[in-house]
Amino acid sequence: MSYVVLTIVSILSVFPLFWMLVASTNTSVDVTRGALLPGLAFLDNWKKLFAAQEVGTAMLNSFKYAIVLTFLAMLVCSLAGYGFEIYHDKGKDFVMAIVLLAMMVPFAATMIPLFQMVSKAGLLNSTAGFILPTISTPFLIMMFRQSARSFPHDIIEAARIDGLKEYQIFFKMFVPTMKSTYAAALTITFMNAWNSYLWPKIIMSDAKSFTMPMMVANLIEGYVTDYGVLMLGVLLTTIPTVVIFFFLQKSFAEGITGSIK
Amino acid sequence: MISALILSFKSGTGAKVAWTGISNYVRMFSDKVFMQSLMNNFIYLIIQVPIMLILALILASMLNNKDLKFKGLFRTAIFLPCATSLVSYAIIFRALFANDGLINTFLIKFGILDTGYSFLTHATSARIVIIIALVWRWTGYNMVFYLAGLQNIDYSIYEAARIDGASTVQIFSKITVPLLKPIILLTAILSTNGTLQLFDESVNLTGGGPANATITMSHYIYNISFKYVPKFGYAAAMSYLILILVAVLAFIQMRVGDRRE
Repeated sequence: MSYVVLTIVSILSVFPLFWMLVASTNTSVDVTRGALLPGLAFLDNWKKLFAAQEVGTAMLNSFKYAIVLTFLAMLVCSLAGYGFEIYHDKGKDFVMAIVLLAMMVPFAATMIPLFQMVSKAGLLNSTAGFILPTISTPFLIMMFRQSARSFPHDIIEAARIDGLKEYQIFFKMFVPTMKSTYAAALTITFMNAWNSYLWPKIIMSDAKSFTMPMMVANLIEGYVTDYGVLMLGVLLTTIPTVVIFFFLQKSFAEGITGSIK
Repeated sequence: MISALILSFKSGTGAKVAWTGISNYVRMFSDKVFMQSLMNNFIYLIIQVPIMLILALILASMLNNKDLKFKGLFRTAIFLPCATSLVSYAIIFRALFANDGLINTFLIKFGILDTGYSFLTHATSARIVIIIALVWRWTGYNMVFYLAGLQNIDYSIYEAARIDGASTVQIFSKITVPLLKPIILLTAILSTNGTLQLFDESVNLTGGGPANATITMSHYIYNISFKYVPKFGYAAAMSYLILILVAVLAFIQMRVGDRRE
């Protein structure tokens, strides 16, 4: 019974992705005829796609934004989560409450003021404009705080006595022991950054700063849709996140387990 | 956030804003498209979130069985949709359900339909497509949370229950659900939050159409502030309503969650 249900659900889960893969190798006509086997039009689709859109630029942009954001977000959020758990200060609980409150705020509510700020600061169409609103995310801070709870305080005391500076304790002791949390946080952040669509759509008006999702979304705006080319675009947008997912799948699950205990 | 609150009491286009008091809020309730988008969000919320969470729970408890073979394969397959970008999967589903898309091709081939049914231009079927797409994308994500939670439940409880002759349904409703309650609550809040902020799907799957039948609040706010003549004040007023809704819903869910204890 379990096997039947799980098999059906698995097939349903994978099928649209399989179809995307197949469609990207077929001509548009074959796709609409219901082709389910790989075709020979991959190279043609590739040429057409690169002729129609600046795929290379979009790909580079997406990687640039996502990597810079992921790196900075890891640094800022893990420091914040660590600080919230390890150090004791009068205002701590109050600040944490505000951070938690901010988690509830929908993006739509902050999108317009954020846009105005970024635009006043002259950061439209720039990497800085892309990353600023999401460098510090309450969800990640929470996650790092939860896992810092399992980090033994005795060790910190011992390290202090041995003369280690606070930043050394953080980088040399905390970071290496929290690998699975970092892996989970990295996966989530990179995927969110790569997939984000609304925010870049608002601040990136110059075609030179478009991201992959924006490029693909542009492909459907014409009257006639070339499904082969479209699916190739979708495929290229999907590959990086799928690759990351496969590499970090195991530590991702571990990190989630650690943070919701 | 605060500047959004101030802005919501102003009106005007672009940079020219003037104080108008609560007129933006009054206008909101007589705006048919806005009320429609509000209703759409609630339709998605009420139908999609329970289906998805129940499905995720059932799948997770099936995968938690120690004797199950190919566990990793099933888990990866079901979680895989989460690795696709929001824009990508919206476009894949748009192509699958298009007039000349795969679903219609098959329905015609098997003689169920004579000509393609235009899923995306009929209000009800367009909403159903969005709901199917959402369930497809997010079930695996929630399942991972449940699986992580199930790891913390002592497996011998299940074995003991089975020896005592408890049926699968009983084990599910008497052991799994009560013990996972905090995580179910967490996923319910996260999903509510996510559903109220839907944007990518509405834009790329249906374009909000037909005749705004599937438009979401975020999409409408985006249209108001960035697509047509910008009315930041009015848009900010609408975003505040979303903020209040999210807060109220999260509060209700927490209360309901507490009471059951």
